[in-house]
Amino acid sequence: MSDVPAPRHIPDRLDKPFRSAIFSWEALLVVVALAIFAINSFASPYFLDPYSLSDLTFNFTEKGLIAFAMALLIISGEIDLSVAAIIALASTMMGMAVQAGAGTPVLVAIGIVVGLGCGAFNGLLVTRLGLPSIVVTIGTMSLFRGIAFIILGDQAYKGYSESFAFFGQGYVWWVLSFELVLFLIAAVIYWFALHRTSFGRRVFAIGNNPVAAQFSGVRVGRIKFILFCLTGLMSGIASVLITSRLGSTRPSIAQGYELEVITMVVLGGVSILGGAGSIVGVVLAAFIMGLVTFGLGLLNVPGIVMSIFIGLLLIIVIALPIVWRRLRGGR
Amino acid sequence: MKTLLKYREIWLLAAIVVLIGLISTRFPAFADPGNLRQVFNDTSILMILALGQMVVILTRSIDLSMASNLCFTGMVVAMLNAAHPAIPIPLLIVIALVVGLVLGAINGLLVWRLNIPSIVVTLGTLTIYRGATFVLSGGAWVNADKMSPEFIGFQRAAFLGIPVLSWIAILVIALFFILMTRTALGRSIYAIGVNPTASVYAGIDVGRTKFIVFCISGMIGGLAGYLWISRYVIASVEVANGYELNIIAACVIGGISIAGGIGSVGGAVLGALFLGIISNALPVINISPFWQMAISGSAIILAVVLNARGERQQGRIILRKMEAA
Repeated sequence: MSDVPAPRHIPDRLDKPFRSAIFSWEALLVVVALAIFAINSFASPYFLDPYSLSDLTFNFTEKGLIAFAMALLIISGEIDLSVAAIIALASTMMGMAVQAGAGTPVLVAIGIVVGLGCGAFNGLLVTRLGLPSIVVTIGTMSLFRGIAFIILGDQAYKGYSESFAFFGQGYVWWVLSFELVLFLIAAVIYWFALHRTSFGRRVFAIGNNPVAAQFSGVRVGRIKFILFCLTGLMSGIASVLITSRLGSTRPSIAQGYELEVITMVVLGGVSILGGAGSIVGVVLAAFIMGLVTFGLGLLNVPGIVMSIFIGLLLIIVIALPIVWRRLRGGR
Repeated sequence: MKTLLKYREIWLLAAIVVLIGLISTRFPAFADPGNLRQVFNDTSILMILALGQMVVILTRSIDLSMASNLCFTGMVVAMLNAAHPAIPIPLLIVIALVVGLVLGAINGLLVWRLNIPSIVVTLGTLTIYRGATFVLSGGAWVNADKMSPEFIGFQRAAFLGIPVLSWIAILVIALFFILMTRTALGRSIYAIGVNPTASVYAGIDVGRTKFIVFCISGMIGGLAGYLWISRYVIASVEVANGYELNIIAACVIGGISIAGGIGSVGGAVLGALFLGIISNALPVINISPFWQMAISGSAIILAVVLNARGERQQGRIILRKMEAA
């Protein structure tokens, strides 16, 4: 996407630990998050209420779940623009199953299987045929959502059962929603996979230099295929949650989510060129986007104006370190 | 060698002819010259946009903000027209070009000066420009009854039996053809896509050239803004929502490589026409318009598969004439 990137290095933990902790991307994000949190709590008296903070989490849990898998995918140097379309297709299939009288466990299974299947389809096209993922997934994005449109037209599926509603509307304990708990569990799993296993190491290696990784014995194609499957799987899970939360399926469900998920990932400090990033950053970015959306919502700012803030935040957060380095004379 | 390079466009042209043939078996009137002129006119805006996107993709960048730029600029000219109907249309078009240019230059500066990857920059400006449209209009729409008859009528006026909109598209195609095949800038755009490092050694200012291509795509977005609004006679925040991906789809079907350096004006035009023919044909052969998305998705995937095979065999050549000679 861009010309000759500067050389990057993998071992972030081998740097001087203190300096890198203070001047790291995550530190910047924490500051931003705290600032927005403080502004919000002053701006609206309703903000610090535990129930309203719990509502806030619904703004990012579903997108955040996909963002974890997307982060790994982008670190490996690929991208998936079809995630929102996978949500639509999985949701449509669940809707069809409901019309046929399927029970809740079957619905969840369908959502997950359709998600995995779509992810595997993307993965096959990219790894088997060696195609650029950005265009392939633009294509599958139209294809998946197109199938949802063919099946549904301008109709909507309703009639989801009470038991199914738990996934998107239920609470595990007090104000901790099922979605938030799932998000936190997924965050831990993905953090462990990316930062504490050889699999994660390989993902970084592929993103930094796929050719070198291949020669070092990393099965580049296989790992990328797994990452596409994971992204599809998370989209399937997100589809279960969204369908359950809304209680209905329309073919236009989750429109525009793919760009929000990618924004979340990039805001979290994952390099769009691959090879660098962290799950902690993505979690923080999810919180920030949730805070911005919710805080502005309390102030009755329309959603479309919020997107200005998100867009500005994205560009400023990316530009800041660059400008900062320039001002210090640059390395 | 020469025939190999023409390969892709020829194949695409053949595919389009076959497509029209297939449609006319179901609906004979589709292949009438009059109807084909209509299809061309309907696809004009997409063709123009695809050309603007093409120069960006050729330099290994991408501009996701074109549709939002179109939306913002369209709102600007619509509101200007509603407030001051006396402003002549040619001047409004110049204003649209300038507004679009400014929005494109913002993208270009961020890419050039800060070296931020273009996908990140334009992902940001995609949401910012659309949001700015809302701020500008206060969420209000500009309807047909607020627009002057000249504003609406300008592109519909026929000249030599062809609407002005089509003439504008033909003019833009011609300009891009000259730019890409007859100017140093066009040559630099190809060179950067093929090999940015070598381009630096050849004395091409890569950053500045990228800035220029974003300015071009911005101007095109602005021009398309006026054309879109005056065609569909409604300006709102929802205009061309999600259209940025259609533009890229037209480029991909047209054989423009996302890896940069490969693609032609003919390809972009034909890619847009392919999508335009599909969307025009579905209603007349009684296929639900809901099929359109899936069909264009399949077309994109197919095009990528075919193009990838071509790219591996072809290698990349800038100096076609010298190769052929």
